Amino acid sequence: MSQSHRIEGGQIDRSKTLRFTFDGLPYLGHPGDTLASALLANGVRLMGRSFKYHRPRGPLSAGSEEPNALVELRSGGRQEPNTRATVAELFDGLEANSQNRWPSLRFDALAINDRLNAFFAAGFYYKTFMWPKSFWEKLYEPMIRRAAGLGSVSREEDPDSYDKGFLHCDLLVIGAGPSGLMAALTAGRAGKRVILADEDFRMGGRLNAETFAVAGTSGADWASAVVAELSTLPRVRLLARTTVLGAFDHGIYSAVERVSDHLPVPAAGKPRQVLWRIYSDRAILCGGATERPIAFENNDRPGIMLAAALRAYANRWGVKAGERIAVFTNNDDGLRTASDLKAKGVEVVAVIDSRDGEEVIDTHGRLGLKTIITRDRKGRTREIRVDALGVSGGWNPNVNIHSHHRSRPVWDASIAAFVPGAEGPPGLMVAGAAAGVLSTHGALRTGRDAAISALGLTGAMDLPEAEDAPISVSALWHVAHGKGRAWIDQQNDVTVKDIKLAQQENFTSVEHMKRYTTLGMATDQGKTGNVIGLAIMAELTGRSIPETGTTIYRPPYTPVALGALAGRSRGKEFKPYRLTPSHHWAAEQGATFVEVGNWLRTQWVPKAGETEWRQSVDREVLATRKSVGICDVTTLGKIDIQGTDAGAFLDRVYANTFSTLPVGRCRYGLMLREDGIVFDDGTTARMGEHEYVMTTTTANAVTVFRHLEFCRQCLWPDMDVQLISTTEAWAQFSVAGPNARRLLEKVVDQDISDAAFPYMGAGNITVGGLRARLFRISFSGELAYEIAVPVMRIEKGHVAGGELNGQSTALNMGLGRMVSKKKDSIGMVLSQREGLTDAGGYRLVGVRPVDPKAKLTAGSHFLEKGAAAVAANDGGWLTSKVYSPHIGSDIALGYLKGGDSKIGTRMRAVNLLIGQDTEVEIVSPHFLDPEGERLRG
Amino acid sequence: MIIHHPILGPRDAQEFVYLGDASLINRPDGMTAGVEAFHDYAYNRDNPAGDHRELWYHEQGDRSWLVVTRNTVTHEIIKVELARDVARAQGRSK
Repeated sequence: MSQSHRIEGGQIDRSKTLRFTFDGLPYLGHPGDTLASALLANGVRLMGRSFKYHRPRGPLSAGSEEPNALVELRSGGRQEPNTRATVAELFDGLEANSQNRWPSLRFDALAINDRLNAFFAAGFYYKTFMWPKSFWEKLYEPMIRRAAGLGSVSREEDPDSYDKGFLHCDLLVIGAGPSGLMAALTAGRAGKRVILADEDFRMGGRLNAETFAVAGTSGADWASAVVAELSTLPRVRLLARTTVLGAFDHGIYSAVERVSDHLPVPAAGKPRQVLWRIYSDRAILCGGATERPIAFENNDRPGIMLAAALRAYANRWGVKAGERIAVFTNNDDGLRTASDLKAKGVEVVAVIDSRDGEEVIDTHGRLGLKTIITRDRKGRTREIRVDALGVSGGWNPNVNIHSHHRSRPVWDASIAAFVPGAEGPPGLMVAGAAAGVLSTHGALRTGRDAAISALGLTGAMDLPEAEDAPISVSALWHVAHGKGRAWIDQQNDVTVKDIKLAQQENFTSVEHMKRYTTLGMATDQGKTGNVIGLAIMAELTGRSIPETGTTIYRPPYTPVALGALAGRSRGKEFKPYRLTPSHHWAAEQGATFVEVGNWLRTQWVPKAGETEWRQSVDREVLATRKSVGICDVTTLGKIDIQGTDAGAFLDRVYANTFSTLPVGRCRYGLMLREDGIVFDDGTTARMGEHEYVMTTTTANAVTVFRHLEFCRQCLWPDMDVQLISTTEAWAQFSVAGPNARRLLEKVVDQDISDAAFPYMGAGNITVGGLRARLFRISFSGELAYEIAVPVMRIEKGHVAGGELNGQSTALNMGLGRMVSKKKDSIGMVLSQREGLTDAGGYRLVGVRPVDPKAKLTAGSHFLEKGAAAVAANDGGWLTSKVYSPHIGSDIALGYLKGGDSKIGTRMRAVNLLIGQDTEVEIVSPHFLDPEGERLRG
Repeated sequence: MIIHHPILGPRDAQEFVYLGDASLINRPDGMTAGVEAFHDYAYNRDNPAGDHRELWYHEQGDRSWLVVTRNTVTHEIIKVELARDVARAQGRSK
């Protein structure tokens, strides 16, 4: 297809031709084009449908402020919705599709919404879908979501990767227009570390879109020369295609670099995008300004654009947006569009300048602009045939990032716009158009001066010569005319009528107006519409614009892909597994694994012929009870504690006493929080006079260590005690069962007979000459030299995650007597509070079904026989359950009110969720060998 | 945020774990103070809009506990001390 609207000039590479498709039709463009410029070059104005009314829309702008031309790019896993065609860089093979239309962009069935617009004014949903209440979730919301909306997601896995990176600099310059280039050059020549970031793929900002000269050459050529010099400075980093998203604390900024968005697929090993965290000593916002439209009836038709966008398409991309063009302006800058286009040989049929009393009052053309109606100061109207209209209502400085710390912009009547207020982010200065300085000379000067001031430089470099035209603007927000709709926020379909309605219903504060009308709440954050909306509200309420005030902005400056925020933290990499030392061996044996905290732990190892997990688990349990079993318990937290005060320190952090523990022995320790609730437990061994080894639960390994450091540094700073986490330093296995000692004797070098190594013994040994530690401790109740699988710990009534739930006290667990009152320890005092020592409170009990075949479920609640299943009768709950092959039935642990006095009684375990009601017997939590003869054997 | 660690210099706040009010250093003696004093210690906190002394732990660093004086409105950090030094200055020892 021919590029019917391509004209001479521009910064595109005509020696190369790129092919692309839009809604399946093939088109041609050139390197340097955006999707929007290439479509316009092919005579395509219609690029989307509006959010609510499904109005036909074309691009309003030529930049990132674009509200209308949102498209889906690519397909399959790389499909990306809501991409602004005005900033999407063209590449060969680009596949683009319009969105929010059915069946096609030219004929959209839901355009019926536009005819029904009287029903869809602001507040429509609030007022209409009130009742019946149950209809909201089932009917109204799905219906509205289908009708209104933006693009769709592919639901396929994104095949590309995203990275995060960290950068440091003396000066971050945000935006590479005239002020940004001048600031970067000033700092760069002074040898400073500079980062210059710009969202565009070509640096230069408005200089690339204008025709006026800088230093005797074209603005675009001057910009190219500065970029070339900056790229030779070793301490300057140029980040094109990089949007600074937000200002955070202490000079930290976030930015997203679109590394590969301009390529069909990323180069090998390259990410699609990088999210940068930039640490800056100083920063200068050189974000330029955004032109704003004027609201008049039917001002949203394809072909109606911002005046500066019209001339940007002509000057930068060699594209005329129409054959017959008119300009509607309230300021001198709009006149530049007319003169630039004329110079390019484009037919400019009318210039309507509101300062002369003439206005555009309406337009026609269903799928694109055909005519405009104007009215002069005498009330005479005329209809002019045009296919493009440039509108200029003045320029709004891009204050966004300056207000990210809640600084309110202030009104500057001389340019009829908000400029950055006081108290912006510390270390951030503003220069150029973003500061309200709207001439090229002013941008260059303030950019240079900001760099000098920010970095304390001496000796100013000369400024290149540039235009310094005075600003002449006469505020015009909307054209008062008939009853038609005049758009303010084109993305969210907010019109002047909606503002009037908000005012009538007393939503006159800007914050209320915003939420009631959704003005500025679309993905463009109202970059083109906000100021018009609040200016109209000011008119309606008879207040000035400063009195009316403005809403402020939040990060991100432009929409950012969730993939970039996630970076590498995706899928399994979101939370990487830690593997035990025996993992690979177990995997070779075909083991099944379970996630435990960050760890992947072996759960069971099936043998040939076993088809169900219970067969494997029962075999392993019985083998351990009858002979011996092993288990990798490396995941338990291990902390080496040394120093002359180590024993005294442990007395303070454990509820029970450790200073009296003999060397070479272990003891079970109970650790409380300061509020008296149980924090953690584990065995701690005394390896020497001033040397202990503490074990913690797997889940609390990190928090216990943190807590111990707090106690050591903040509470008892002069205690001689040192801590080292050795969780990963020791591979640790449990060996349990009647034959545990016989097995170990085959590998250890020392005598480990019962006399030499009694129950709760601990010591340094060697295994084939290697240094090792042996603890004769048991989680399973067997003769053991560590802990065993969970099934067996329930048989022994040992508490774990289900019981250590952050609400349980030592008393609840039947361990109340472990809390020594003879010494101060963390949690001792508050564990004795009235509410925690109630005799009728929860106590740990064992539970077994009266019928051995009946099932138990963790989470079931205790009820007396015959009691109704209501909260008032609730007696407690089952915390964990398992099938015990040793006992031959399900067994469980639970917290039962007054449980210690109910041993031997019968109750019910009721689970209403799964309809289970089981008669149970309350028993001791120590199902197996309560006297501990097996483990002492 | 950037925390200027007294030993290690400027470090990103992401390396730290936040605990809360630095009054947690002032733990009563469990052998002499009663439930009331511990109740205040464990539960009662000021929530100032302005300067706030708070405990941060350099978990992904040297494991120092720090007392950071931070303005809760502006996030300006006014002072950073080793918690151990603060504790000693407040008379804590063993």
